[in-house]
Amino acid sequence: MSGYTEALFTLLAINCVVALSGYMSLAAGQLNLGIAGFMAIGAYVSAFLTNNYDLPIFLGIIAGGAAACVIALLLAVPVLRTHGIYLALATFALGQVIQGILLNMEVVGAAAGYGVSKHASFGFIAGTALIVIAVIFYLSKTRFSMYLTAVKSDAIVSDLFGVNVRVTMVQAFSLGGLLAGIGGALYGHYYNYLEPQNFNILLSIYIALYVLLGGVQTFYGPLVGAAVFTLLPELLRDSDQWRFVVFAIAVILVMAVRPQGLITSDLLRRFGGRA
Amino acid sequence: MLFVQQIVNGLMLGGIYVLIAVAFTLAIGILNFLNFSIPGIFMLGAVVIWHFLASGWPWLPSILVGLAAGVVASLIVERFTYRLMKDSEPEIPLVSSVAFLVLFENLVIVKWGSDQQRFPQFMADFNIRIGEIIIGIGQLVSLATAVILVIAVTLLLKKTKVGRGIRAIGENQETARILGVQVHRIVPILFIVTGLLTAFAGLLFAINYQQVSWSMGDEVGLKGIAAMVIGGMGNVGGAVIGGLLIGLTEVLSIYFFGANMVDISVYGLLLVLLIFWPHGILGSTAAPREKL
Repeated sequence: MSGYTEALFTLLAINCVVALSGYMSLAAGQLNLGIAGFMAIGAYVSAFLTNNYDLPIFLGIIAGGAAACVIALLLAVPVLRTHGIYLALATFALGQVIQGILLNMEVVGAAAGYGVSKHASFGFIAGTALIVIAVIFYLSKTRFSMYLTAVKSDAIVSDLFGVNVRVTMVQAFSLGGLLAGIGGALYGHYYNYLEPQNFNILLSIYIALYVLLGGVQTFYGPLVGAAVFTLLPELLRDSDQWRFVVFAIAVILVMAVRPQGLITSDLLRRFGGRA
Repeated sequence: MLFVQQIVNGLMLGGIYVLIAVAFTLAIGILNFLNFSIPGIFMLGAVVIWHFLASGWPWLPSILVGLAAGVVASLIVERFTYRLMKDSEPEIPLVSSVAFLVLFENLVIVKWGSDQQRFPQFMADFNIRIGEIIIGIGQLVSLATAVILVIAVTLLLKKTKVGRGIRAIGENQETARILGVQVHRIVPILFIVTGLLTAFAGLLFAINYQQVSWSMGDEVGLKGIAAMVIGGMGNVGGAVIGGLLIGLTEVLSIYFFGANMVDISVYGLLLVLLIFWPHGILGSTAAPREKL
């Protein structure tokens, strides 16, 4: 593979992981606009541990994911007091605060950025992404994904049917944090340089777009969304500066025609898949 | 004295946030639509005005064309986001509105490049000095205009037939339709108001900071969202208080803690408020979201 293709597919692998992170929240009806903040936590924790304690990369990534997961778990209780648009805005504020704190943390370089000494290869990143995809695929076949759909569709009725709504919501939020942390850590070890500004609100919005464009009904949706968002602007490279214009118009048109996203349960059923 | 000057500056900055917050609050309060294209319209209005000024047009026609551009952009957004998807889940029109933000920003880059452009001075160095405090006339005019615009919107909502229709839609769209409110006519009016307010805020920003660029709307838009929430979503008066509060918080946290603390202060305030006091300052505690 040429360097260019390899870089592109590495980015795709990372984006698949973070898209699944957005999917975990959105599948439970939570629009998490603070995902970039959790990515930042994972990225910085992993970078710090591998830089200073000579931890192997895979342990660093696990630690980064775990740190993001724990923080998400702690924050889930207060943040999930809010719902709907309020939840989106609370997580948005959360992401901004995390970014702001990193901008002031001298120990990880503050606004100047933070170098990451250990480099992760394409194979390593692709392998990690495949493991994450496999785990989430397994989860999507369990009761847990039904709980998510139930809570998203109607929290009160699912409560009546014995689903523990609160626990399911917290699980979805923390799992989202875990995956975001892993994705962020992979990002850090691939580009070898972190800046708090990389993890801005636009990144969180883009991750939400991967999921919503691809479709939140199935596990495949976010992956397709991530692929479209990563590859389409590259395919349009020839048109150079027009590419984001074309891309934005494409997104608007797709959402107009398929408001439930590209991949829906109906579509899969029609092609014989089990949705 | 420097402190008082900071308060003055904070209020001036807050005036811009007020307009954006009102625009957001109209979309949320009535349509339950978090319209992310607003920062794009903000930027588009300012850049179009700059373009015509730079090509030698006088102020008034340039401003009118810029505001018209904002209104047209807002109507296009309505056509392709809200109207198509009003029955879908609330996240869906949000996706398209973000896409419109990307579209507007990149169209501007294609046409005018990604450099920051210098916006001409509205009035040659003309300041009022009260003791050591300096108040720019341009700033003062813009704050006054912001106040007038907000009052006009409030009157529109409270006193006119269209305003009654808008409030009815905010209560319940289906019921409003049954009772004879022409929803498909009134919603575009709402978007016209939003576009006008937003583009005007862009003009004020350009006058105050004497620069325009494709990304000028991002920061301001986010602060406008924060202002809207702090005041109480869907409440015009709350948006005014929230806007001024955010302006003050921003300027004062720069004054006391330095520029890097701004985001922590502003969004920390937002986060704490959302968790402990989600209805905002003027929002009602009875309804999940305050109607106008």
